[in-house]
Amino acid sequence: MSSKMNQALLDPLFNNNPIALQVLGICSALAVTTKLETSLVMSVAVVAVLALSNLSVSLIRNMIPSSIRIIVQLTIIASLVIITDQILKAFLFEISKQLSIFVGLIITNCIVMGRAEAYAMQNRPLLSLMDGIGNGIGYAIILILVGTLRELLGAGKIMGVVILPLVTEGGWYHPNGLMTLAPGAFFLIGIFIWLLRTWKPEQVTED
Amino acid sequence: MERSTGYIISFAAAVCLICSVLVTSTAVSLKDRQVENKRLDRQKKILVLAGLMEKGEGIDAAEIDKRFGDNIEAHVIDLETGEYNPSADTGNFDQRKAAKEPATSTSAPANKSGIQRVPNQALIYHVLENGEPVTLILPVEGKGLWSTMYGYLALAPDTTTVKGVTFYEHGETPGLGGEIENPSWVAKWPGRQAYDASFTPALEVIKGPAGPPDTDPHRIDGLAGATLTSRGVSYLLDFWLGENGFSPYLEKFRAERSAS
Repeated sequence: MSSKMNQALLDPLFNNNPIALQVLGICSALAVTTKLETSLVMSVAVVAVLALSNLSVSLIRNMIPSSIRIIVQLTIIASLVIITDQILKAFLFEISKQLSIFVGLIITNCIVMGRAEAYAMQNRPLLSLMDGIGNGIGYAIILILVGTLRELLGAGKIMGVVILPLVTEGGWYHPNGLMTLAPGAFFLIGIFIWLLRTWKPEQVTED
Repeated sequence: MERSTGYIISFAAAVCLICSVLVTSTAVSLKDRQVENKRLDRQKKILVLAGLMEKGEGIDAAEIDKRFGDNIEAHVIDLETGEYNPSADTGNFDQRKAAKEPATSTSAPANKSGIQRVPNQALIYHVLENGEPVTLILPVEGKGLWSTMYGYLALAPDTTTVKGVTFYEHGETPGLGGEIENPSWVAKWPGRQAYDASFTPALEVIKGPAGPPDTDPHRIDGLAGATLTSRGVSYLLDFWLGENGFSPYLEKFRAERSAS
């Protein structure tokens, strides 16, 4: 039983990563990863929403009439996202301004609804909770890696602390402008998928 | 398993009820904090505009209020006459609320900024140095593409030289019209001239790039991909610098200065 729990929690990290293998949630992964700080807050927000939505959908899974199940899942997810957004606005105002619409767009993040429909509707609450946290962390790993690299290569900083002094400020590092733009994240995610599939060849899809 | 229609409807109603109770109770219980955050954010923007704070400088609420209180003087002015209203309670004056109440506002003349009502009185700020105003900070607002953009325009005591601009609330497209918040665009404003020689509003956001302030004083770079937002900024400048906006007040201000 506990191995099943472990599997639900750990599988999405590398073996079945929502971004790298399922290629879900790319939109927000491109948008919020210009800095590590925003990536971290977004990761926490997604883990929280995903865990709670999986848990609550799973708790009422036997009561949900199948004809309206999608809209019920969406209602639950949307409510959780609004609550998250309100909490960020109250306690982390600056960051919530930088994340702007992307917290609200967690509603449309395919990972959240994908897990509710594919996993939480069939599994018991505790397992679903683990699956939600696992997938959230899987998403967070990629976000944090991309966020760290983009901030470091694009602005020479990590968490706002100067690591590579920029030429414009008297240092030696020429920042890579591509990294501050969305395509930079696209290339980085592509490289991660490549590395991951070289490490775990069973993830390679056939042509 | 087949469910009866009655079950489906009552299930849907129950889910909606629970979710709405959760959402509203969070929203209501956090409202005070959010309103306070917004107020501090607006004060921070004013401090940055006044040159009393570095952008991104981490200072707490007490320090914001202190710098604000030490260096900035709020005035409620009558827009039509341009007179100060010394009896007004500047701390609690809410210009947006005043613009909505029929008793404290008039319906706006035809304008391109989508402004329906103009408040009779406005809340402006003087940045003081040795007791003398060195910067005037005027609230401006107007429609962009999607939303009403709220901001402040900072003018030098000659009432013409722009010292800066800031937008603190808007709902323009992030990355396009939302670039009105971009520091590098905002940095193009200082040094431009808000009025021409006869004090007609002259500042305009153009399409494409404008020259440096000394050779091209009345024009500002347009925002790429945001023509309607750029135009909205031009219109709101035109309105608030015009006779229905702050022109009467600024005229009085100039007269008082040259008299003293």
